[in-house]
Amino acid sequence: MIRSEILKEIAPILRDQLVVCNIGIPSQELHAIDDQPTNFYMLGTMGLASSIGLGLALAQPKPVIVIDGDGSILTNLGTLPTIGNNAPGNYILMIIDNGSYGSTGDQPTYTSQRTDLAGMARAAGCARVVEVQDKDTGPALEEALASGEATVLVVKCDSGNAKMPVITMDPVVIRDRFMKAVAG
Amino acid sequence: MNIDKRIADDLAANGVSFVTTVPCKQLAGVIEEIDQRDDIFHIPSNKEDEGMGLCAGAWMGGKRPAIIMQNTAIGVTINTLATLIQYYRMPLPMLISYRGELREPVACQVEMAVHTKALLAQLNIPAYHFHWQKDVEELDNILKYTFMCNKPVAILTDANFWGGYGDQ
Repeated sequence: MIRSEILKEIAPILRDQLVVCNIGIPSQELHAIDDQPTNFYMLGTMGLASSIGLGLALAQPKPVIVIDGDGSILTNLGTLPTIGNNAPGNYILMIIDNGSYGSTGDQPTYTSQRTDLAGMARAAGCARVVEVQDKDTGPALEEALASGEATVLVVKCDSGNAKMPVITMDPVVIRDRFMKAVAG
Repeated sequence: MNIDKRIADDLAANGVSFVTTVPCKQLAGVIEEIDQRDDIFHIPSNKEDEGMGLCAGAWMGGKRPAIIMQNTAIGVTINTLATLIQYYRMPLPMLISYRGELREPVACQVEMAVHTKALLAQLNIPAYHFHWQKDVEELDNILKYTFMCNKPVAILTDANFWGGYGDQ
């Protein structure tokens, strides 16, 4: 499975949750599959989805699901120790690990070679780290929500992107409707 | 006047309850003060752009954030300031240790100091320079201004403001 197929499958789970989605094609795919006010789309700033989600989870009690990628975690590796030492029980970091920089032309990342993100998350202090194959994402995500524990979920899948339109919504509109959904 | 406590008191009085820090020798006292307070949650970050991500999330979650860092971080965070904090129009007070200014003992720090105000100006980021300890009296108004306009705002605090390095 590629990322967009996973997103389609888990869209019913994501729909009721606060979601912070990674820059580029992941946000375009989620936006096209099931746009919700509870989705915060990153339009720029490679690497910071996990940090934005962590700040959000620490600031309020609702569950927060971050949809991140292997490339963007590698860009902001300092995030893993911060998560490992601070993440509250309402924080779920789902890393769609397709071993490539999808938005820039599927260049391979190091997770397609020797680098193991689940191992790095554990070494950084993250207590609940789960690695699954693409087809098992839905149950693993529901389990993470039910656990009430901070979870890093590494989803191994194939490299590839669906052709989706660019998000043209104004960033302030995305942010404003998201904040209303958070407060609602 | 205990400058560290004064700064933390002003942050708390303005509702700032989420502070991330990347340390600097000059900022050690204020970071320690913030870490010990019950009314401010302190989360150290490993890099300043990561810290700005945390602040963006905390703000969307209903908390008023602030970041404490060195001016070298302006070089690290330009993309984050432009494409996250400014693009989504978010408030972010940045208490910045202005290394490389008067009474600086480390020459390399001057190399970023000479770019600091120019970079902030290029980004249209309001910047205030605290040189004398009494300049802290403006902090309360700067914080109010930041959360009024939803912009990143820089407070540059140089070595003279912090009382030098002990040997001067």
